[in-house]
Amino acid sequence: MQNTKRIALGRIIVIAIIVTVAPFTVSEYKADVLTMLLINIILVSSFRLITTTGGWSLAHVPMMGAGAYATALMSTRWGCPFLIALPLASLTAGLVGMVVSYPLSRTKGFSFFVASFAAGEAIRLCWIRFKFPFGGHRGVSNIQPPKLIPGLDFSEAIPYYFLTLAVTILCLMILYRIDRSRLGNTFKVIESQEDLSSSLGINTKKYKMLAFAIGSCFAGTAGVMLAHRLWAIEPHQFGFMTTLYLLVWVVFGGTHTFWGPIIGVVVMTLLGEILNPLMEWIPLVYGVIIILTLHFLPEGLGGLQARTGLRLGNFWKIRITFEK
Amino acid sequence: MMGILELKGLGKNFGKNVAVNAIDLSIKKGQIRGLIGPNGSGKTTIFNLISGFIQPSRGRVYFQGEDITDLPPHIVAKKGIARTFQLAALYKEITVLENVIMACHLHVRATLWEQFWRNKRTRREESEIEDKALDLLEVMGILEIKNEIAGDLPHGHQAALGIANVLATEPKLIMLDEPVSGMNPIETAQTMERIQKVRDRGITVFLVEHDMKAVTTTCDEITCINFGNKLTEGIPDDVCRHPEVIEAYLGGEINTC
Repeated sequence: MQNTKRIALGRIIVIAIIVTVAPFTVSEYKADVLTMLLINIILVSSFRLITTTGGWSLAHVPMMGAGAYATALMSTRWGCPFLIALPLASLTAGLVGMVVSYPLSRTKGFSFFVASFAAGEAIRLCWIRFKFPFGGHRGVSNIQPPKLIPGLDFSEAIPYYFLTLAVTILCLMILYRIDRSRLGNTFKVIESQEDLSSSLGINTKKYKMLAFAIGSCFAGTAGVMLAHRLWAIEPHQFGFMTTLYLLVWVVFGGTHTFWGPIIGVVVMTLLGEILNPLMEWIPLVYGVIIILTLHFLPEGLGGLQARTGLRLGNFWKIRITFEK
Repeated sequence: MMGILELKGLGKNFGKNVAVNAIDLSIKKGQIRGLIGPNGSGKTTIFNLISGFIQPSRGRVYFQGEDITDLPPHIVAKKGIARTFQLAALYKEITVLENVIMACHLHVRATLWEQFWRNKRTRREESEIEDKALDLLEVMGILEIKNEIAGDLPHGHQAALGIANVLATEPKLIMLDEPVSGMNPIETAQTMERIQKVRDRGITVFLVEHDMKAVTTTCDEITCINFGNKLTEGIPDDVCRHPEVIEAYLGGEINTC
């Protein structure tokens, strides 16, 4: 017991040192890549929460867009300060998620997959179609960087990196806590045996909607951080290509563990930076990696620990199936 | 006297196919009632109709005098009807104890916020639920395997865990769908003993089973159905001698009973 605590503490210290030092060792452009990595970490972790109830949502990236649009409109039109826009825009995305999840909770497996894609595209087309207030194809621009502490310019890469880091840690703490609570376990048993769960008195639709709404809320948080860094957003950023990358990260990392998707996105991002000279061949490499992962590591990188016997805490094995 | 569960003219069509025609059935409180019939005679459909997984085409279901026909499964469970599924549906990925802890869903009073923050009261409730789960495992005689992964257990233990799971909802009626299928004679005898123990706790049992020996030795009354119609019902000896039952169910041979 003492020993595992010491190992966990050691890991946390090492990670803390890495994330603190990392932005200073690279160029300004690379520091932005790290910021994007943190945003993507929020994105995959919130995605994983939804997958614990059994559904792989293709509407997750549009949900991130909902958060981004919400904060963009709030800050450009109403001059809403960042600290208020962040929770409000996240909740807006959560609300959109809840509305969308109502019809989605009636679908299962593959039909959920397709229906969530349709729902996400519908949201995205709304941004294109309704020029007011969403700005059509050109989106919303002139989003101000946050002004939090006087003297610290958050339009620069490194201060913004640390702001994103703080938000990411907060999100991960909340998501981790949900994952380990009875609520998180209820999500997982619904995935395991839905009929049994409802015959034990669990309102499976309600819990699925809840997971979807919470996941969307945190996707919205990722969107807020994205919008305030890019200063301008447009609908095509939240298109299917981004969803595909999200799926690649999550499949590569595996959804069985909380840390799996995070490891997946970190490794893939670093790989992408190393492979930068390959240019347009990178998606090909990703494709090969996915095929190899599905074949040799069906549980993803997160499952590697279990295979090598390095069990980290008690985690639940959750099968992800598209059949039925 | 009105039974704890009453079916009045219950029927279900799947397209043109009549799965259940019009079943009238009354189960008395505290008895073990068996439901038998050849494959495809509509036994599992009746279970699905009662527990709310499918909606009937006609007829009503009354539980303790209350109409529960149109309620969804989780509300039916709340009313006090718990069911198992064929081939022991369990949460196969987690341990025996965790299974029963999760099955205690209806006893969780903590709100979602409290589950998230896990304050002292919530933690106390969680340990109460764990104690309750341990009690149920003891009643079912599987306390010593509480830390094993449910999916790795032999049939007999899985069946016992399946019953422990449904008992965790504190039901008044439990419906068991083929509780002893695929078991060897020793496991079957053990499971039947456990079912009698459940009845001794004052819980009414309604079970579907193929194993005639198990049914006739355990059940107080048996209902036999074929092609969605009720053939006969009564005490096991009478039902077994009924010519239509022998014809339909046993294929004309009279040596099983």
